[in-house]
Amino acid sequence: MEENSVIFDSGLTASKKYKKRSQISEIWHNFKKNKGAVLGLIVLAIIIVTSLIANFVIDYDTKIIRQVVSERLQGPSTKHFFGTDQYGRDIFLRILYGARYSLAIGFLSVMVSLAIGGVLGIIAGYVGGVVENIIMRLCDVFSSIPSLLLAICISTAFGASTLVLMFSVGIVSVPAFARVARAAVMTVVDSEYIEAARAAGATKMRIMFTHILPNSLAPIIVQVTMRVGSAITTASSLSFLGLGVPTPAPEWGGMLSESRAFIRDYSYMTMFPGIAIVITVLSINLIGDGLRDAMDPKLKR
Amino acid sequence: MSRYVIKRLLLLIPIMLAVSFIVYFIIDFAPGDVVDIIAGNEMSEQHKQIMREEMGLNDPLPFRYLRYMAGLLRGDLGISYVTNKDVFDVYMMRLPATLQLATACTVVALLIAIPLGINAAVHQNSWIDSCSTVLGLLGISIPIFWLGLMMILVFSLNLGWFPSIGNDSPLSIVLPAVTVGVGQAALIMRTTRSSMLEVIRQDYLRTARAKGASEKAVIRKHAFKNALIPILTVIGTQYGAALGGAVVTETVFAWPGVGRLMVDSINNRDTQMVTGAIILTTMLSSVVILLIDLAYAFVDPRIKARYMKRGDNLGRK
Repeated sequence: MEENSVIFDSGLTASKKYKKRSQISEIWHNFKKNKGAVLGLIVLAIIIVTSLIANFVIDYDTKIIRQVVSERLQGPSTKHFFGTDQYGRDIFLRILYGARYSLAIGFLSVMVSLAIGGVLGIIAGYVGGVVENIIMRLCDVFSSIPSLLLAICISTAFGASTLVLMFSVGIVSVPAFARVARAAVMTVVDSEYIEAARAAGATKMRIMFTHILPNSLAPIIVQVTMRVGSAITTASSLSFLGLGVPTPAPEWGGMLSESRAFIRDYSYMTMFPGIAIVITVLSINLIGDGLRDAMDPKLKR
Repeated sequence: MSRYVIKRLLLLIPIMLAVSFIVYFIIDFAPGDVVDIIAGNEMSEQHKQIMREEMGLNDPLPFRYLRYMAGLLRGDLGISYVTNKDVFDVYMMRLPATLQLATACTVVALLIAIPLGINAAVHQNSWIDSCSTVLGLLGISIPIFWLGLMMILVFSLNLGWFPSIGNDSPLSIVLPAVTVGVGQAALIMRTTRSSMLEVIRQDYLRTARAKGASEKAVIRKHAFKNALIPILTVIGTQYGAALGGAVVTETVFAWPGVGRLMVDSINNRDTQMVTGAIILTTMLSSVVILLIDLAYAFVDPRIKARYMKRGDNLGRK
């Protein structure tokens, strides 16, 4: 027994590295088996690549926002795959270009909630006591306000812009992240290796961020993926209400909002941006489901 | 048990105060005020100042909030700046439409979700299970407002079966209810399926079968009843959310409910109306959640026993 622990100690760095890699590759192995998740990953990769190269291929000023009155409200054709809108702008190109808004807002707003909620949750779970009580009661208050309304209030207060949109969509899921992070930490915090670290004299900060955080990551990562999808839908709802990315930027929710007046006779205008949102969110949710099953095979049934 | 209920209701008071504080300050921070909105460009700056003075808008924010809070503690939500009507009365006038819609959505969601979820669990990995998975994913991936627009396009503009906006005829509720219901069904169905799967492998189901219970009875009486608690939780939160979160749906279908009222009031910078409406909505959904917690006791005798024993030690967490 004594000997074993000595061997383990001397090989600590090597075995730690090895274990980490094997865990990730195991997750990847499980993930690959899920056809839907792989499909989602491929589709999302295509969308991300499109959004990254769009501004090199498509000129913003002449193709995306320039109004061509002579070509207004044309149905889908080989010249304009998805037709043109009321200002003669090509809807296909606008949707391609618009991917960047939805993706950026989706990911960054979740990063906002992760940064705030995650840190609050870790502190609550690790420190406990009064601090935990204050943080969790604050979360109760924030989550008791209907989330879309809270986002609308914040967007109204700080004005409609892309940055505000990210922030207001992000802030509403802070309580959810705080709860997940706190729960994840609480399952880890009583384990023996934390006790060992404490005995070895590690500071609270060090224990929190080098021991607890990496070990409670799995549920947080799953939560992040799931939330990106809903953040994109929430952001597009806000844009639809006129509180999102200001026009004439080709944001999908904003395009839908503009197309509403033309739904009777030019329904293609309403269809395509919506389909773009659905495909994007669907692929992210597929990945989220796959990740959840891959990270915790027990959950899969 | 009544002690538990009273304690939960008393806990609402500090939460409501905190909510009112947050909302009041956020709305006040918004550029422009209610006078600018009512007056538009026609009124001179001097007149606007007089109006502000009359409405007490010139007092400093903390002072105004304290005055509002004092009213709030007496149960007075104040009057709307825009309509000059009592906030509570305006809210109550709009509430029936929202309750109607929220209830109809939940009914639609349950009709889809419960049978599908149970069948998906009972016939795991069959075609019906795959269908439910696809539907569950689609349900959480489609933005509600777009689904609503598509519903209007197909069933109202093209087929002409249902009216697209307003709530004048009894048929009006069909499209908005189905739109929101499908989204809710996705979550309820996912929960039903996983909760049923958890229960379905338990020994007591085998015992029930061995004793000669029919498969239908086994699923309905023994499995579903025991799987009900997580399902109830989801239904409750969804219903609570529908009370305040149907903002977008109410916009798309021009449904004259509370959500629409709140958005309009935010746009008008009607701080009193917004804060009051959000407080009332929050209270309503908290009460729904409390009712669901109490419903656990009726579903599960074990929980009932716990309520009876130490009624005060059983919060949501």
